[in-house]
Amino acid sequence: MSRKFTPKVVTANDLVEGDVVYLTEAGAWTRRHAAAELIEDEARAADRLALAEAQTGTVVGAYLADARPGPHGPEPVHFREAFRSRGPSNYFHGKQAEAANV
Amino acid sequence: MYKYSDFDEAFVRSRVAQFRAQVARRLDGSLTEDEFKPLRLMNGLYLQLHAYMLRVAIPYGTLSSRQMDRLADIADRWDRGYGHFTTRQNIQYNWPKLPDVPDMLEALADVQMHAIQTSGNTIRNVTADHFAGAAADEIADPRPVAELIRQWSTDHPEFQFLPRKFKIAITGSPNDRAVTRAHDIGLRMVERDGVPGFEVVVGGGLGRTPMIGQVIRDFLPREDLLPYLEAIVSVYNLLGRRDNKYKARIKITVHEHGIEAIREKVEARFAELRGGFDGVDQTWLAEIENAFAAPAFRDADPAPYLDARNADPVFRAWSDTNVAAHRHPGYGIVSISLKAHGATPGDASSAQMRVMADLARRYGHDELRVSHEQNIILPHVALADIPAVHAELRQAGLATANIGLVSDIIACPGMDYCALATARSIPVAQQIAERFAELKTEHEIGPLKIKISGCINACGHHHVGHIGILGLDRAGVENYQITLGGDGTEAAAIGERAGPGFAYDQIVPAIERLIGAYLEHRESPEETFLETYRRLGMAPFKAALYPEDAKKETARAA
Ligand code: HEM
Ligand code: SF4
Repeated sequence: MSRKFTPKVVTANDLVEGDVVYLTEAGAWTRRHAAAELIEDEARAADRLALAEAQTGTVVGAYLADARPGPHGPEPVHFREAFRSRGPSNYFHGKQAEAANV
Repeated sequence: MYKYSDFDEAFVRSRVAQFRAQVARRLDGSLTEDEFKPLRLMNGLYLQLHAYMLRVAIPYGTLSSRQMDRLADIADRWDRGYGHFTTRQNIQYNWPKLPDVPDMLEALADVQMHAIQTSGNTIRNVTADHFAGAAADEIADPRPVAELIRQWSTDHPEFQFLPRKFKIAITGSPNDRAVTRAHDIGLRMVERDGVPGFEVVVGGGLGRTPMIGQVIRDFLPREDLLPYLEAIVSVYNLLGRRDNKYKARIKITVHEHGIEAIREKVEARFAELRGGFDGVDQTWLAEIENAFAAPAFRDADPAPYLDARNADPVFRAWSDTNVAAHRHPGYGIVSISLKAHGATPGDASSAQMRVMADLARRYGHDELRVSHEQNIILPHVALADIPAVHAELRQAGLATANIGLVSDIIACPGMDYCALATARSIPVAQQIAERFAELKTEHEIGPLKIKISGCINACGHHHVGHIGILGLDRAGVENYQITLGGDGTEAAAIGERAGPGFAYDQIVPAIERLIGAYLEHRESPEETFLETYRRLGMAPFKAALYPEDAKKETARAA
């Protein structure tokens, strides 16, 4: 059964800092969800994931996460990804607190 | 306190050096993540949602003020100025960076601490009653035995690759404050005809298949402990299922084979092993016991304590909930709540850690404890000094008078940190505590244990909460299931599910209705929530949780 492909981003954790990172269209890693490449095609998703997984010296645990287009770039769909893109809710720590992100 | 021997010291240092080299090889690309992951887990280093997490063991929950100060220094230097104390008597740092972790471990080793066997399929940090050595109701201090077990189990060559993690808890008191019945092995000190020994319970555990442990030996003489434990673990090592992670814990082994069959095998293995223990363990134990000798208690007049209770209602309310009976006259056990209303359960800032360390140094015979309920204990404080301790705690925001009450909630890190989580738990705890602070009813409600886990793994002990809350992901939305009637004491019980779950914004009102029903139905203010539940069962609570269903029922009956 082929279901309609839901758009994805490639995400992982940075090896050194552990922080959440996303793969950009240029093949670099960004800390901002909105700067990630929104992948709309299943074959490309598999390619991009393979590219990410090969970078074991940079990132850990790459996977594809559902995303959707938004006014400033891709947005997370699932609440887990929304938390990953922001940081914890009990302290103003993590991405939400990082100046580069505002 | 127990001091590392030269052997312990050299062992811990060499582990730090090994890990330093492993991290370097990971960073320079010589090790892949697949190769590195088991190595980092052996040293308590996890990768969570937003960062790495370092889990540090606090064996049997005991810390000196110097160790607590060091935990504060580590928080400031390599983390974000705080630490999270957990139900397993560990402290977790939520923000370390990989290259810094060897330095953190080195700093821990300086004060005889480490993160070894805080992860992986090994015998984990042995937990104990947090009132050990102080409680008025205790037969004997369980910590020397806990230390003996730690020495026996650390790096035990046969037990580094068990089918699954293995947790041992021990209590020296008939009132079980260490949840021994929910551990792989629970040990309760008992006496028979004047001979000290243990009741040995096996196969307890929470997680996706919660089970209360069963008694495998009702009386084990003290000197037989290590061979008997070794027998249990080696039987499990062979029999435990390695084909399915979810069936690998000893609780499932006991369940599948039956306690009688397990007992037979354990006794047979014990008979083989016993001769091999030539009593050297008892010599060790005697040495360890010296290290745990009770401090030199003084005989201070408790009058200042009683005067403060009469004069100051705030102090009185706090001492009602936060001071427990000590075995030495003129002393008290002070529980410092890490559950200020609206704060994260179990978190302490580095400044707070230093205040607690300092109080222990000046008033508490230099000892602190971490409880599985995520609070800090000063186990030995002269009653006369408690008013001064309270005054200083107040200044540090550490004088919340809520031990054992609604807002003294256990909560796991949940989806704010944990990669396995299906929902958040911390904000639910924060909101419940804030709500009952606003209502000002928690002292009226009395003893009540709420425990929250952010997924089925049950790190927050929700199954043994009087009210348990389990956060789940239902079709991409956080949803919270309630269980009632759980109990983590010697009368251990697994809570029963109340019905369908509640959305994130509905869980606090649901808890409020539930507690409203208790207040309405209790026979007297002395009848606790748990007693009322045991007397009446689920029905009145269900009616309060699901008023719409209750209305329909009444309409149908009419
Ligand atoms: C990164 C964070 C954590 C991870 C990945 C994790 C993982 C797990 C897993 C997988 C289980 C289920 C084991 C099984 O049923 O076989 C479990 C159980 C448990 N964990 Fe955690 N945990 C984490 C944090 C914590 C914390 C913070 C605490 C203490 C507050 C804790 C205490 C426990 C307890 C008490 C249990 C249930 C008792 C049992 O082992 O049956 N864990 N954990
Ligand atoms: S119960 Fe689940 S969410 Fe909570 S800490 Fe354990 S594994 Fe994580």
